[in-house]
Amino acid sequence: MLEGFLIGLETALSIKNLLMVIGGCIIGTFIGMLPGLGPMSIIAIMIPVAISIGDPSAAIILLAGVYYGAVFGGSTSSILINAPGVASTVATSFDGYPMTRKGKAGKALTIAAIASFAGGTIGAILLVLFAPALATVALLFHSSAYFALMVVGLSAIAAFAGTGQITKAVLMTIAGLVLATIGEGAQFNMPRFTMGIMDLQSGIGFITLAMAMFAIPETLFLILDPNRSGKPDEKQSEITNLRITKDEAKQITPVIARQSLQGFLIGVMPGAGATIASFLGYAVERNLATPEEREQFGKGSVKGLAAPESANNAACTGSFVPLLTLGIPGSGTTAILLGALIALNVSPGPRLMEDQPEIFWSVILSMYFGNLVLLILNLPLIPYIAKVLTVPRTFLIPFILFFTLMGAYIGQNNATELLILVGLGVTATILRFAAFPLAPLLIGFILGPMLEDNFSRATQLYDGIGFVWERPMTAVLLIIAISLIVLPAWRSRRAAVSLTK
Amino acid sequence: MSGPVNGPDSFYLKKGNVMALDRYIALVIAVIFLVYGYTAFFEMDGLLPPILKRNPIWPSTFPKILSVIGVLAALSVVINLEKAGKQVGDDLDIAKWREYKVVQALLLVGGMVLYALTLRSLGFLASTFLFLAGGSILLGERRLIRLVLITAIASYGIWYLVDTVLGIYMTPYPSWFKV
Repeated sequence: MLEGFLIGLETALSIKNLLMVIGGCIIGTFIGMLPGLGPMSIIAIMIPVAISIGDPSAAIILLAGVYYGAVFGGSTSSILINAPGVASTVATSFDGYPMTRKGKAGKALTIAAIASFAGGTIGAILLVLFAPALATVALLFHSSAYFALMVVGLSAIAAFAGTGQITKAVLMTIAGLVLATIGEGAQFNMPRFTMGIMDLQSGIGFITLAMAMFAIPETLFLILDPNRSGKPDEKQSEITNLRITKDEAKQITPVIARQSLQGFLIGVMPGAGATIASFLGYAVERNLATPEEREQFGKGSVKGLAAPESANNAACTGSFVPLLTLGIPGSGTTAILLGALIALNVSPGPRLMEDQPEIFWSVILSMYFGNLVLLILNLPLIPYIAKVLTVPRTFLIPFILFFTLMGAYIGQNNATELLILVGLGVTATILRFAAFPLAPLLIGFILGPMLEDNFSRATQLYDGIGFVWERPMTAVLLIIAISLIVLPAWRSRRAAVSLTK
Repeated sequence: MSGPVNGPDSFYLKKGNVMALDRYIALVIAVIFLVYGYTAFFEMDGLLPPILKRNPIWPSTFPKILSVIGVLAALSVVINLEKAGKQVGDDLDIAKWREYKVVQALLLVGGMVLYALTLRSLGFLASTFLFLAGGSILLGERRLIRLVLITAIASYGIWYLVDTVLGIYMTPYPSWFKV
């Protein structure tokens, strides 16, 4: 393990890769600040760029940098203009924006950066400890158990969708799996469900789907409701004092320590992710605070800002554990990263750590460097980067749409792909109006081929689907998967019924 | 805002619309899954070479399972098995669609379709310029000189980046324009 760690350190510390992290973080922060482009869309846009680099380590390091930068950029816009670009930074705006209104924008940004840095760092250390152990266990899995494990991952994602949303999330996951069966798969040399359209022969591109599910609906919402994108006001232009006092540092230290740990553990679970971690972190710290401090929550409390920031960053790092060790993405963002890894001919999973230690470890280490870059490079630059918020929406929206189109076009080099993108994007917008969660669809789409592959291998091995009840581990995992969906759905139904009585 | 926001009528209407929309969508998805399932069960296997039929797994096996689970999931949303109430989120409310700029959004979607159709024939530079400039004007940009400058520089700059730096070839000029 130590040898792999050192190889990874060497890879991550090369000048090229350090530049990748720095560049990625800065690009991510810039774009992440804009409304309409969350980390998922930004990573999807950057994938063609990353693939053109050729070297898988460098490419994935660039994308990880972009991811961290985008999360940080999202926090910045929620602090400065109360416009969280993504759900995971909504809790940041609870206390971050009130601080800006009081003229303490600089202080709020510093606290956010320190909390993110600490959360990311503690997360990275825990990742180093956890991931190898989990990968060793995962190596014992056969294709049947692996198939069942993926089903558990998918049901967990649906189960975490929230009260009253579980059946919808299950439906979206299956829709994703169905979309993945379109085109010519690797196992069967025959096109499926192409409806005679030649361009569907190779299937739907995952970048296209990612753009259609996230970037297009968000941008169309920006057009539909002009008040949706926040406007910077006078106070925001004066980010001058970035310092925090000793007293404030003392206040936030225990919060950061607790929330980094809690956030990481939540992030490891598939489906839970950064959003739940940040809200839960906020709630827990609010309950732990003294009554006087509790009064301050929502009015610009430093603790209320530090809690969601450290939790969501630690959770982002935690979500890499199932991705790197099991090859199962726990969130939309890690699903896109998984797609990128597959495009780069890297198959994440238990064997990654042994077969390609330089990739495994350099990704983990570059996360740490990414956090460092954000703290020492991006924070002082924030007053300048924040200027991007003053771009008028008449320019912003056409450009966002254009970059979305470009992302899909460059990936496939095919104009029909753009029409598919627009069609799917409009569909996704309608689905969002009806409160269907869209991340499960993308995760289902990306896991679909692997799920079918493992299912097929297990079926061939056992000459039928007998493995479902003949292998005890598979059976247990599938029972867990079913109960993960049935129990909360049943409970929410009972709660709703008793409420109407 | 139009009408009383908290009046009982508007609440009922709002709730009714949203409830209806997600269940209608689930119904449409159920129909799509039925067609998908029909294809998997009755159309695909005929094309399979006899030797592959000895295999325990066919190209249609996984889609068959998906279609059955999919139809069940869609129907459970249609009958509202979970008894889900209205979801509160940061999303827009369909019941207020009259207050939104629907025409602008539709025109921009049309612009994207047009862009897709003209990218090859008009070339990257012209079609991108037209899309960006048209989109800005549609959204209310009236400072035309600034608009032309920014979109022209951006179109060329992005083409240069993609073509030269990333090495991905894109036809810059219209197909009838030979350099």
